[in-house]
Amino acid sequence: MGLLSDPQCRRALARLLLRLNTPLCVLSYLAGLTWFLLLPALAPRTYLSENAMGSTMVGEGSDLGPRALALARDFGAHKRKVGGMPVEWLEQTMFQLGLEVHRQPFSRTLPFPDEAHERYLVRGTNVFGVLRAPRAASTEALLLLVPGSEGSKNNQAVGLLLALAGYCRGQVYWAKDLIFLVTEHDLLGTQAWLEAYHDVNLTGIHSGGVPGRAGAIQAALALELSSDVLTSVDVAVEGLNGQVPNLDLLTLFHSFCLKSGLLCTFQGKLPPPEGPSGPGYAQSLRTMGLMVLGQAGGGPGGAHGLFLRFRIEALTLRGINSFRQHKFHLGALGRTLEGMFRKLNNLLERLHQSYFLYLLPSLSRFVSIGSYMPALGLLLLVLVLRSDEGEGDPPPEEARGGLLWLLPPILVSGGAGAALYLLPVRGQAVATQHFPVGEAEAVVLALIGIYVAGMALPHSTHRWVRGCPTRGWMTLKLLALLALALLLTCLALLNFSLGFLLGATLVPPAAAVRPGGSRLPLAILLVLTTPGLSLFLAVLLERELLEAPAGLGEAWQRFLGALGQGLLQEHLHGAHLSPLLCLGAYPCWLLLWNVLFWK
Amino acid sequence: MSIERCCGNNKTMSGHFFLIAEKSKLYFTFQDQAEQFFRSGHTNNWAVLVCTSRFWFNYRHVANTLSVYRSVKRLGIPDSHIVLMLADDMACNPRNPKPATVFSHKNMELNVYGDDVEVDYRSYEVTVENFLRVLTGRIPPSTPRSKRLLSDDRSNILIYMTGHGGNGFLKFQDSEEITNVELADAFEQMWQKRRYNELLFIIDTCQGASMYERFYSPNIMALASSQVGEDSLSHQPDLEIGVHLMDRYTFYVLEFLEEIHPASQTNMNDLFQVCPKSLCVSTPGHRTDLFQRDPQNVLITDFFGSVRKVEITTGALALDRDVAALESNYFQFDVVNN
Repeated sequence: MGLLSDPQCRRALARLLLRLNTPLCVLSYLAGLTWFLLLPALAPRTYLSENAMGSTMVGEGSDLGPRALALARDFGAHKRKVGGMPVEWLEQTMFQLGLEVHRQPFSRTLPFPDEAHERYLVRGTNVFGVLRAPRAASTEALLLLVPGSEGSKNNQAVGLLLALAGYCRGQVYWAKDLIFLVTEHDLLGTQAWLEAYHDVNLTGIHSGGVPGRAGAIQAALALELSSDVLTSVDVAVEGLNGQVPNLDLLTLFHSFCLKSGLLCTFQGKLPPPEGPSGPGYAQSLRTMGLMVLGQAGGGPGGAHGLFLRFRIEALTLRGINSFRQHKFHLGALGRTLEGMFRKLNNLLERLHQSYFLYLLPSLSRFVSIGSYMPALGLLLLVLVLRSDEGEGDPPPEEARGGLLWLLPPILVSGGAGAALYLLPVRGQAVATQHFPVGEAEAVVLALIGIYVAGMALPHSTHRWVRGCPTRGWMTLKLLALLALALLLTCLALLNFSLGFLLGATLVPPAAAVRPGGSRLPLAILLVLTTPGLSLFLAVLLERELLEAPAGLGEAWQRFLGALGQGLLQEHLHGAHLSPLLCLGAYPCWLLLWNVLFWK
Repeated sequence: MSIERCCGNNKTMSGHFFLIAEKSKLYFTFQDQAEQFFRSGHTNNWAVLVCTSRFWFNYRHVANTLSVYRSVKRLGIPDSHIVLMLADDMACNPRNPKPATVFSHKNMELNVYGDDVEVDYRSYEVTVENFLRVLTGRIPPSTPRSKRLLSDDRSNILIYMTGHGGNGFLKFQDSEEITNVELADAFEQMWQKRRYNELLFIIDTCQGASMYERFYSPNIMALASSQVGEDSLSHQPDLEIGVHLMDRYTFYVLEFLEEIHPASQTNMNDLFQVCPKSLCVSTPGHRTDLFQRDPQNVLITDFFGSVRKVEITTGALALDRDVAALESNYFQFDVVNN
């Protein structure tokens, strides 16, 4: 008889599982963490999968340096004169370069004014020029974007964009249209342009439409450059909600940097040494940890992050001018961009051959989803094992009168979560009356206040409806485990990093919590692993990994800033972190808190 | 050269003998020349040139096919006797920085697209079905003449194929394949329908030798650019155009063919030596066991060039001075023909 079809065997197996429940849980949890920590050591090298890009070659012929600098100076001067974005000058220059120029005005109401924008209403204009492909129907496009900022940021980037546009206009081999876009107000302008281009309304931006369309955008590059010379180019990969572009785009850029000798960094660090080594492994782990933290945060890591939702593969390239001796002129970066666009021009379909989900221990190595998913799977196994906990016990003699008594605890937890999600922003008028600070800080402090208040909610709500058995806490715990497992499984598919971090912090208390006995150690464990505190610890960890460790005071300030950013990004870009934590993780944690204080 | 036959002329007896002796000597020289002319037994030449891959990065396959087309045309086969199948248009591809050209040598030395190229099957018309229909002649009646292979039992046919292939198959356009068994059966159909006198099959793909393994019809000679398990490599990377311009094997075949002119006496053994392993990296192969003649005696122009057959008559025509009688003869002939 088969192992699982024989009832005797099944019972024996179940008894074995029950007896070894706790050791198996501990083992599974540790195995999950160890698996994750081993990933950087076993990561394979990146490679170019797309044949259209791999079997073709490029000979760059541009020298854009002097032209780019001259245009940058012009742009800076006109920006100072106008006191904002010099729309007319940009339109005129693009027109003279031979592009088809359009402007797009937009306006946005912020949920609460943050430090960057001291007002509720933000208005701006995006300017873009389209270089039509000479011999192709305008069905596909490539995009170069410079997020325009105040002051003298990104002037050289605009200069390089215009110089590149002029050079590209003189070539006949374009099979896709090229769009050169300069946005105002950084990410706000980019989001407005993207929504208008795709004719959707995701975040409530009011914008004039985009009259000049150029077809489906196959790939986009965002450029940030604020100096005349650069020592390296930093590439940002994580985007909104933890999405990343297709690995082929990153590999392409890295191969161009290697070919031209341009120094290319990831997270501002030089590549780790080749070959297995202690320092190399430590740096790889640090890099991967930072990427996981960045993805879990779910913020757009640059203008490119907003493109990923539309499945437009995009990267942000930041020119960095550090104290290194070897400087590169703008021409080197111009040649790299020219080469990249020429290779992307050879594409016949969207980038689809390489990985869409991966982690990067360094620029030349990657961890694919097949490698990192088992780590979260092992954490979820703990929850599955734990849900069998009360299985072997005989059913209690008391009336098993339905499960209606579960409803009040669930409603209370859910209600607290909903209050945490909705009240801070909507009730900011009330908040500013209570806290004598600006709106942004008031909202954040209200958030913290509601969070702590939720912990003090009554714990005996299960008695409100009759029919609750003595050991009913097991049913409540089972429900909490199931909710947590469901949340983590969904997160595994949407945003692995967030799922893994939440799992690593919430799974131990979820498995260990029980009422009775000495509640203090378990209470401390629960408080330490509450999502809010996990966020604070994540901020500390991030500072630590960036090798700029922060003291508690600075970490608190950053924490408050992160909370504000999380709320703002949810309204501005549709980020998922805020709803997931408020409506998903916090109610689960409150259920566990209720189980702990069961009477 | 003709001999004036003396009839009705007054010659001396010695003059007669002299003439007869001269005549017989010349007769035997003409016999040799006649032997030479009819050595191969074919009276017309056809070429079927197929490029099976599309997309810009397969530029070199189109360049391969156009190089062979160019050589074949230069050596005398007219467009009406060439069936050219190109699966994609490289010359007018928007990615081509030199529009209306297809180059075979880097630094743009040789434009094989030229000024007049007659493509018979283009783009999505290049399918396995169409190719087999062309070979076997099972074509719908509405097909234009330029798309037909109107060969007979005295035709020598050159079939050149290039693209991406594997062990026993050739890929057509990313969507289908032709196997070596299908190809061998198609050639057998051609043999049974008496559609060829002799066939030369050249293939330039990876593992090309697997495509001629299954042939079983007589009078077929085959060449391939690589053995089973070997890849055929590309050649001539050009940074300006951004792709590899040719494949190695066909590049060296083109160089070899550029030396050939319509009256060349170069034979097939020389073609077998083209592109040794040192140049080609892969090992070209050939198969001659089905071929009845010795490759030594097979001229390159038997397949790559066109035959202009001249029939030497050893007899003479009597030209009557009676024009009227002749005309009446012709009118009779005309009436019979109509």
